[in-house]
Amino acid sequence: MRLSGRGVSCVRGGREVFASLDFEASSGEALAVIGRNGSGKTSLLRLIAGLLAPAAGSIALDGGEAELTLPEQAHYLGHRDALKPALSVLENLGFWRDFLGGEVFDAGESLASVGLGHTAHLPAAYLSAGQRRRLSLARLLAVRRPIWLLDEPTAALDAAGQSLFTGLMRAHLARGGLIIAATHGPLGIDAPELRIGGAT
Amino acid sequence: MTALSALIQRDIRIALRIGGGALIGVLFFLSVVVLMPFAVGPDLKLLARLGPAILWLGALLASLLTLDRLFMADHDDGSLDLIVMSRNSLELACAAKALAHWIAAGLPLIVATPVLGLLLNLDVPSTAAVALTLLAGTPALTFTGMIGAALAVTLHRGGLLLAVLVLPLSIPVLIFGVAASEAAISGPQSFGAPFAILCALSLVSFVVGPVAAAASLRQGLD
Repeated sequence: MRLSGRGVSCVRGGREVFASLDFEASSGEALAVIGRNGSGKTSLLRLIAGLLAPAAGSIALDGGEAELTLPEQAHYLGHRDALKPALSVLENLGFWRDFLGGEVFDAGESLASVGLGHTAHLPAAYLSAGQRRRLSLARLLAVRRPIWLLDEPTAALDAAGQSLFTGLMRAHLARGGLIIAATHGPLGIDAPELRIGGAT
Repeated sequence: MTALSALIQRDIRIALRIGGGALIGVLFFLSVVVLMPFAVGPDLKLLARLGPAILWLGALLASLLTLDRLFMADHDDGSLDLIVMSRNSLELACAAKALAHWIAAGLPLIVATPVLGLLLNLDVPSTAAVALTLLAGTPALTFTGMIGAALAVTLHRGGLLLAVLVLPLSIPVLIFGVAASEAAISGPQSFGAPFAILCALSLVSFVVGPVAAAASLRQGLD
């Protein structure tokens, strides 16, 4: 499986965010997207996720499942964590597991492996920022998708959470997964850097 | 199908929990209808004649009140991104959301109608007729209102814009809903014709609503 972008440009609100960007990543590889605030890291991830249309250029996936589109094979972990405060932690995760479908795993076990097993029946409204992030990570485990698009994945995570997350990424890459992560800090894994928007 | 029933279950659950908004519509319906006899005065004949129209207006405004939450909440917390990216068709997901909204917010209005009929001096057969027209017509209100709710997300404006967009679309439903109720109560026209058109409006909205809403949501991704 190989994800590649050729001459990708992004225009937001009439302003060019970045232009003629080339990138590629294959199975088992991670790509760290680096740039200053406003350089278009999030926009690039949303372009790959199919949530924005590129102004020019193209993004293509070779290999993977032929009958599924690129967004259908990807997990997108954005700033907004898609959690409903009125539902319990387990209900939130269980919904995404059932709704996203495909190859799925037990929601309770996924919660336990991100260290949220004890909060399963707590309403998500009572979670801290770090716990909300961990719950989003549990979604990556409960539903298997080969491509992970991660936007500042380590924001709000404590040291233990970061090392846990590094372990999850390593396991995903070892299974032949592909990761594209926008980040300011170190990811904790070997990843070629894609710099956008000039110097950081 | 699991995916869609999961979506329906989630939306109903959220609506019924504290702060979910399912009861807001019923309470609003209740207050509009309860205030009417005070405004119109103690003329029982007049009340009975206005009854179906008042119930229909109340139901229409109550269903508008809760509609703007339909997509806005999912947009604000990022759920909509994941729904768009998922392997389910967006049209069916929209239909599932509208169905859940109708079950949580539309059905309680119909259940409340018999109680409110008493306040408007409607006898039992008349109340039943109004409840039946509401049952046939409120799905059309939800499914056409969904188009406005999707546009409100696309244009980043909620609230009043939704009302302005949706009200013209709901006028035919209102006309035939009230016409069918009045035909059943006082005659002389037949109940069948306006009721059949009301059902047809609902069926058309089941098809047009999800397609239009999904197109609007796709257009408005950012």
